[in-house]
Amino acid sequence: MITTKDLTKVYRTRGREVTALAGVDLHVREGEVYGVVGTSGAGKSTLIRCVNMLERPSSGTVTVDGVELTALPGTEQRAGAELRAARRRIGMVFQHFNLLSSRTVQQNVELPLEIIGLDRGQRRRKAGELLELVGLADKARSYPGQLSGGQKQRVGIARALAGDPKVLLSDEATSALDPETTRSILALLRDLNQQLGLTVLLITHEMDVIKSVCDSAALMRGGRVVEEGKLTDLLATENSQLARELFPLGEFGHGHRGNTVLEITFQGDTSARPFVSQLARTYQIDINILGAAVETIAGRMVGRMRVELPGGHRDNVVPIGFLREQGLQVDVLDEKGGAAA
Amino acid sequence: MTWDQMLDLMWPATWETFQMVGVATVVTVLIGLPLGLLLVLTDKGGALQNAPVNRVTGAVVNLGRSMPFIILMVALMNFTRAVAGTTIGWEAATVPLTVGAIPFFARLVETSVREVDGGLLEAAHAMGGGTWTSVRKVLLPESLPSLVSSVVTTIIALIGFSAMAGTVGGGGLGFLAINYGYLRFETGFMWVIVAELAVIVTVIQLAGDLIVRRLTNRGGSGGTTRLLRSRDTPSEKDEELVLPH
Repeated sequence: MITTKDLTKVYRTRGREVTALAGVDLHVREGEVYGVVGTSGAGKSTLIRCVNMLERPSSGTVTVDGVELTALPGTEQRAGAELRAARRRIGMVFQHFNLLSSRTVQQNVELPLEIIGLDRGQRRRKAGELLELVGLADKARSYPGQLSGGQKQRVGIARALAGDPKVLLSDEATSALDPETTRSILALLRDLNQQLGLTVLLITHEMDVIKSVCDSAALMRGGRVVEEGKLTDLLATENSQLARELFPLGEFGHGHRGNTVLEITFQGDTSARPFVSQLARTYQIDINILGAAVETIAGRMVGRMRVELPGGHRDNVVPIGFLREQGLQVDVLDEKGGAAA
Repeated sequence: MTWDQMLDLMWPATWETFQMVGVATVVTVLIGLPLGLLLVLTDKGGALQNAPVNRVTGAVVNLGRSMPFIILMVALMNFTRAVAGTTIGWEAATVPLTVGAIPFFARLVETSVREVDGGLLEAAHAMGGGTWTSVRKVLLPESLPSLVSSVVTTIIALIGFSAMAGTVGGGGLGFLAINYGYLRFETGFMWVIVAELAVIVTVIQLAGDLIVRRLTNRGGSGGTTRLLRSRDTPSEKDEELVLPH
């Protein structure tokens, strides 16, 4: 649905060059919620703004729903007619909502419909439906200034959906909201994704957002995507950074010198099996559990456990093999707590 | 001078002042508003970014702003005759008043329009809106309270200038104050006129404030305020503001 190829963006200031995107290949499948996560300055904001050409990439291509947007004429400040038409099929929600203070909630939602050129009656009907959908039908006549942050973002979402887009871009939509409101907005995005088959590309700096709403994720650092994939696949990938950050066990103990520390990740049905006691019984070893956690990620139960086995890595090759045979993902940690080969 | 004599002179002069200021205000808004928008839109990063046009427009506006009004009236004599057919009376005074007020108002418009949050323009672009949509649906309505207050400021400045125009045969209350009050030593009459001007200005300012308050009183802004924004979540947005566009 959204594909970027070798996307780069370089800003130039008085002879100084800042590379915001250094060759990003992204592929968002139809109907999925795709999250891009990274710290400040990783380039994720630039990336999402390049998707609907609010910023023109320096090189590379962006294709949304079969239309190569980078090929359409226009500048950053002034889009050509074809690009404007394409943008009407791409909704966008913003961190700071960007609602017009001079318009009521209803009129804000009608704005994109005015741009499309619907008549008054159609606009009113459509805006009414959308406000119903986001649960704000009773606020139609209020002004944005009278709403809470969460309500404002709901209006922003209703507005973004006005043109019946296939794609919704979410630029840190929940970053200005408190945790509870964030949850309700994310639940709304999830519902819309499922009800309308909407493809959602969101950027965030919060791992929790990825965990609770995304099917797939990409980790950005220094203008590059360093890791990406479906969450369920990532969690099953050995030494996945994204999985580690999604599901950190960092604060747990690191075991004793000379012993082997394993991080075991289990998903779905494997989580129901008593593999620890099986391991202990089969090989007659004492297993020290350093820490464990279970969470629901992308709708699936995922658990992670850090255990300590007596003896070095070489002594434990067989037990590790046993665990892997059980369909568990096993990472062997070195003494510093990082992943070893 | 008796009150009756004063009133007989003041009514027509007041009416002349209103006509002068009224016509000048209408023409000033009609020309100054697009000019102010042009200054914003042709500036760097604007939808119609065009450095030469921006620089020339800016220079013309600055020239108009720096010209003392009394000099402007004299310098425009020929132009005034061509437009109004005369160089005396309120009709003639309206011409330099308008010419003087346009750059003044254009700068006020520029400042008002620049105040509009760039995020709103971005939202309009993301919806597929073009430049015209941005101007009509975002820039003008969002800056309306500020624009109205700029018009009020302009009207009041015009009243002041119109009194100055009176000194060189421009008609209106200023003419009356100079000719009767100053040249004929009717100091009392002069103060009556000054008081009248003060009342007119006050009424206009209060009416303007009322309208502005009506327009603004919508429970605050659409997004978080600028002040809040800089302290908001430490997203990369804030850093990107530093980057050039």
